[in-house]
Amino acid sequence: MRTRALETAGAWLLGFLWALPLAYAVWTAFHPAAFSTHFVPTAPLTMENFAKAWAAAPFARYFLNTILLVTMILAAQLVLCTLAAYAFARFDFRGRDVAFMLVLVQLMIMPDVLIVENYRTMSRLGILDTLTAIGLPYMASAFGIFLLRQTFKTVPKELDEAARVEGAGALEVLWKVYVPLARPVYVAYALVSVSYHWNNFLWPLIVTNSVNSRPLTVGLQIFSSGDQGVDWSIITAATLMTSGPLLIAFLLFQRQFVQSFMRAGIR
Amino acid sequence: MLPAAVLLVTFTHFPTAATLYHSFFSTAKPTRPSVWVGLDNYRSMAEDPVFWQVLGNNIWYALATIPLSIVLAILMAIWVNGKIPGRGLLRLSFFTPTVLPMIAVANIWLFFYTPGYGLLEQITRLFGLPSHNWLGSRSTALPCLIVVTVWKEAGFFMIFYLAALQSMSPSLHEAATLMGAGRWYFFRRVTFPLLMPTTLFVLVNAVINSFRLVDHIIVMTKGGPDNATSLLLYYIYDVGFKFWDAGYAAALTLVLLVVLAAFALGQFLVLERRVHYQ
Repeated sequence: MRTRALETAGAWLLGFLWALPLAYAVWTAFHPAAFSTHFVPTAPLTMENFAKAWAAAPFARYFLNTILLVTMILAAQLVLCTLAAYAFARFDFRGRDVAFMLVLVQLMIMPDVLIVENYRTMSRLGILDTLTAIGLPYMASAFGIFLLRQTFKTVPKELDEAARVEGAGALEVLWKVYVPLARPVYVAYALVSVSYHWNNFLWPLIVTNSVNSRPLTVGLQIFSSGDQGVDWSIITAATLMTSGPLLIAFLLFQRQFVQSFMRAGIR
Repeated sequence: MLPAAVLLVTFTHFPTAATLYHSFFSTAKPTRPSVWVGLDNYRSMAEDPVFWQVLGNNIWYALATIPLSIVLAILMAIWVNGKIPGRGLLRLSFFTPTVLPMIAVANIWLFFYTPGYGLLEQITRLFGLPSHNWLGSRSTALPCLIVVTVWKEAGFFMIFYLAALQSMSPSLHEAATLMGAGRWYFFRRVTFPLLMPTTLFVLVNAVINSFRLVDHIIVMTKGGPDNATSLLLYYIYDVGFKFWDAGYAAALTLVLLVVLAAFALGQFLVLERRVHYQ
């Protein structure tokens, strides 16, 4: 019994440590700067830090950029990965296994690592500093292809054949049989993809250099490393603001999030 | 199918090959174009003390973050899988770092570590310890970043262990209890071996992440002090986009690619055979 109690205490200590940085940020962001390092329960609450941060940098534009970027990537990924996964799962063509191995290479060598060459490609295409340039390397996602291929393979062949007997073409079968059956996998993939690209930083930092194409993460970095002095209240407010939508979505749909990450991981 | 193939080739295979190709050329300057220099870039790499330091940093960083986050992840998963008071809250607390952007998290931790009035300083002062510039001194900067990484990743890995634990049959535990097996014994002989496939998956992810994720370095230390916290990808970023030395950056990228490829091969050849599948 004593080890049990000890373990519970340990778990709680760890949980407390894990929540501490975020709690600290919330405290600082919602209190006047004078209280940012004084923890007095009676400190007045304020929203002023958020207002100041919002006014100090074009966050509205950054939000718009991030939302456009995430939507664009996700849409392209869903279409491309569905088609590719269908081909790998159900069609026999020459070199299929080799081609699939080549796809899997991307699981190890992710676009994040190839920043130097990808930058060269983008500048040759003349699309530096655009949202397309940020999204393009990620659109054909090996992870998505892999995940959907595994799912499509579990669809009974009889269903496929039945639909074909009724006169449906290959794409129609895909749309009417495979896609509906894979819905939970799509949801899981979408959540993982959105949170990945909402949070992505290094590549966008490199390809963008103007307000018009910068996503939130890069905007936040420029904001907090700028000449704001060290006004931590405003910086933490901006920090919370940028991660806010994702955090709120996560708190609301906690179960779906966790299950999606689980589903995406079991492969 | 075709568009996916085109994009994959353009942004994965072509750059990989181009990296190799460009690593044999000098960097173009306004006064002279890029020329073939053979292995010169690699020779200067071998003589570049910063490169060796960065490589060493990255190895230490990987050796510390990977086992720490895996052990913590298993521990967390076992806790929140069992009947512990406040289980939902604990799960929430462990997993939340995963959905936050690394860059936002790094800002918060930067504040946490601030000398003088950061939270860490306030706590150490309570114990009467002298003030210390955690991110500014060579000996503590890298460990500080390791803590941030473990904090960010352990909860993510916990999810996979939790999924694996939930799919384990409860009768195993009953049988072991009947035989009088202790908890530690049960974990060592039953749980851990059954978690092996998950561990492999998590391990591969952890390795990739330890060479891929440098966002927090850009925010917190910019590789300093004296390159004490520079990791391989961060150094590539520095060389490629601050000094615009594309040839050398290509050579460095190739080293990173070789490291990743070696892990990929190792995973297939060695681990695959040892992993215990049901």
